[in-house]
Amino acid sequence: MANGSTTVPNEDIEITPVRPGQEKGSLTAVIQDLVFTVDHKKLGLMYIGSGLLFFVVAGLMAAAIRIQLAVPNNHFLDPDMFNRFFTMHGTAMVFIVGMPIIFGFANYLVPLMVGARDMAYPRLNAFGFWMFFFSGILLYLSYFAGPGLYNAGSAPDVGWFAYSPLTSRAFSRGHSADYWTLALLSGGIGSIATAINLIVTTISLRCKGMTLGRMPLFVWTYLVVSFLVVIAMPPLSACQIMLLLDRYLGASFFDTQNGGSAILWQHFFWIFGHPEVYILILPGFAIMNEVVPVLSRKPIFGYPIMVAANVMIAFISLGVWAHHMFTVGMTSIGNAFFAITTMLVAVPTGIKIFNWIGTMYGGKIRLELPMLFCIGFLFQFLIAGLTGIMLAVAPFDWQLSDSYFVVAHFHYVLIGGLLYTLFGGIYFWYPKAFGRMLSNKLGHIHFWFFTFGFHLTFFPQHISGFLGMPRRIYTYAAGRGWETWNMLSSIGVIFQAIGILAFVINLIYSYRKGRIAGDDPWDAWTLEWATTSPPAEYNFEHLPVVRSRRPLWDLKHPDDPDWKYE
Amino acid sequence: MRRRGPGVRLGKFAAALALLASAGTAFADEQLRPIANIFEPLSKPAQMISDASVVVLIICAAIFLIVTGMLVYVTVKFRSRGPADDRKEPPQIYGSSQIELAWTVVPILITVVLILVTTRTIGEIQDHKIPKSALHVRVVGHQWWWEVHYTKADGTTSDFTTANEIHVPVGVGPIEITLQSADVIHSFWVPQLNGKTDVIPNWTNHTWIEPRTTGTYFGNCAEYCGTQHANMLLRVIAQTPEDFAKWEALQRTPAPAPVAADAVGGKQVFFANSCVNCHRIDGTPAMGVFGPDLTHLMARQTLGAGVATLNQENLHSWIRDPQVLKPGCLMPNMQLTDKEVDQVVAYLMTLN
Repeated sequence: MANGSTTVPNEDIEITPVRPGQEKGSLTAVIQDLVFTVDHKKLGLMYIGSGLLFFVVAGLMAAAIRIQLAVPNNHFLDPDMFNRFFTMHGTAMVFIVGMPIIFGFANYLVPLMVGARDMAYPRLNAFGFWMFFFSGILLYLSYFAGPGLYNAGSAPDVGWFAYSPLTSRAFSRGHSADYWTLALLSGGIGSIATAINLIVTTISLRCKGMTLGRMPLFVWTYLVVSFLVVIAMPPLSACQIMLLLDRYLGASFFDTQNGGSAILWQHFFWIFGHPEVYILILPGFAIMNEVVPVLSRKPIFGYPIMVAANVMIAFISLGVWAHHMFTVGMTSIGNAFFAITTMLVAVPTGIKIFNWIGTMYGGKIRLELPMLFCIGFLFQFLIAGLTGIMLAVAPFDWQLSDSYFVVAHFHYVLIGGLLYTLFGGIYFWYPKAFGRMLSNKLGHIHFWFFTFGFHLTFFPQHISGFLGMPRRIYTYAAGRGWETWNMLSSIGVIFQAIGILAFVINLIYSYRKGRIAGDDPWDAWTLEWATTSPPAEYNFEHLPVVRSRRPLWDLKHPDDPDWKYE
Repeated sequence: MRRRGPGVRLGKFAAALALLASAGTAFADEQLRPIANIFEPLSKPAQMISDASVVVLIICAAIFLIVTGMLVYVTVKFRSRGPADDRKEPPQIYGSSQIELAWTVVPILITVVLILVTTRTIGEIQDHKIPKSALHVRVVGHQWWWEVHYTKADGTTSDFTTANEIHVPVGVGPIEITLQSADVIHSFWVPQLNGKTDVIPNWTNHTWIEPRTTGTYFGNCAEYCGTQHANMLLRVIAQTPEDFAKWEALQRTPAPAPVAADAVGGKQVFFANSCVNCHRIDGTPAMGVFGPDLTHLMARQTLGAGVATLNQENLHSWIRDPQVLKPGCLMPNMQLTDKEVDQVVAYLMTLN
């Protein structure tokens, strides 16, 4: 680790003594390196890598769910196994796929973008990663240890939302619910640690000249996300501790048979759960904010209002949680209040979508893979936003809540929205991380198969929702009008799987065989492109000094620099 | 259709799609309405929801077309035409206060319209006055079936009890439904009659329906409630007031005593085993409350909360081992001999 002074590390001097079997490149050396590293770039890649690993596992569970639901009265999965699969699929996708991957991007890019040598607290950073990683392992261990001495249940089957009193000991025997609780509790500690680290890094490690107003929008967005994590995670941890007290120490917070309240859990969970949705989607916005301008060859349209929109979204997101609870029997005033706050989110979100289109307008759009995924995002996130408005209309929600329409809606948010930008981001920054471009051919197979499959799977679910199909049912009778839509949904999975396969092959193939990228393959403008690909451990030989939002534009166009106009 | 809005055509379109999808439907009876299309409402509150929803759908569709149009136009018009074209950077525009103001104000106006539609409909449905004389049904959710109490005019005392199938008269105004749960959270949802309302332990909810045509409406439990959530089905049978009165009169009578020899034997088996701990049969000592009331079992269309049609064959399978039709349900395999199963089925078939 460089100490930030002007001395350049001398490669001839071995600092760590080499033990037998630990020569450079050997397996033990690699493992030792991964375990002991506090480098933000390695940790970032480890976050993304393990997130993708869990993504494949949770994705296969979804595929099994779709096989079960392809035809009525199917017996591919028994009901308990089905319930475990959808619980594990949802829990994993949110907590050990979504969260680590978005933190991975932040870890890798925030220090580079603000011109720092590492995160503010490198060891806390490693701690955060390992908390997440072992929470994922703990969650999956439930398959082996969940039954406990009761021989009941294995993996959690209470849904990712774990509504009480289904989680009480009367209805959830064995230890599966405890694995769910403890895994997310420990993961939550890691998330809070990482969020604090990101806030401190952003506030205090920006390079000379980088005022808050010149910070890349990516970093701005992650600053907002980090504050949301710090605010939203503790309510979840709190109610999980209350649940443990209920289960093992005879407390009755949520135990309705003992005077507890089932709705209390829902309030706690959604006070976490709704900001969590924005924690997951704002990083998508962050990636959009970088990729769209570079590949449209124009600066982001309306930087100040984009920052304001982020802050507004985060602020409003803290006051909308009960729109997940329109059906619990709130008063008409309560329902109206949460319907109104929820609709207000549409305003800043609309601004963002229009500003991205405004950025593309008048540009020279390079339809490279990252841009394709970003355009996919715009289209799909538009649909997700509009179905979100429908769900905000409380009476409409009384019909749609907990139906397949909701499933379609949030998969358009999380896959069509978040995942598309994550793919775009990976195609965009992979050359920076590994020095090689991802294959264009495999990338196009990935994009087109996945896009076709995605819409084929999730669009019909809007319609089965309109036709009264509830979520989380392991089977259904013939004749309710759901067969065609479910069959189409299931067929779509095949195309999605081909797309993902092409993506995984691409990641591995291009690592050795990809075209050499160079330091700045996209002719981009932010600081991460000013260093080598991959960047050295100390990131920058000399800490950069910036005068505008696009320091590399200034370097490349000395005759027409940005700082003249800002 | 009482009200014809722009939604009617859209609803019909969706219904046509649905019918297309279910060609070769498993239900032949015209009175059955298995396709619970929310845009084909047949009850007052569902109609109000549908009307508001159609307005929202149209607004959203318009926004979708406009924004998608912009996106496609921009992508096609401003795409790069190859490396030669890329050499010169386009004009660098940093933003425009007027344009940004415009696309802030327009969404705000649309939001205001949506808020007005929403709050009005919420008030109309939730604060709807239900007359004191209205028929009052109390529904209690169980893992994984529905207990249904018809209350006397005072609104509290139970008149008679049934399960999983709610009979209501048509054309007598709104019917009030009180919702309670015996164990975990469930949700009461019959899409063509009203939106869903959760059924929550230690908490009482209310909803109402006002069906305008007769028929059997299909619904589901809509909140995940454990292993057999999928087979916690629900039917509302809307009848003419005359038919309803007949049904009501029948429900008030105690179960008839069996006459045939095997049915008498079945009754003995029923009372010699622990069946009575969970089930109630009016007019006998069986007073259990953990399982469905069986007094007039054969007046129902289905068994196991809708998991199968109620006929001799399915009843046989159910009594032999309920875990076959509904794996995970709380009724255990009673380990009866073949003869005992035949007898119990014969006895249950007399409960009409």
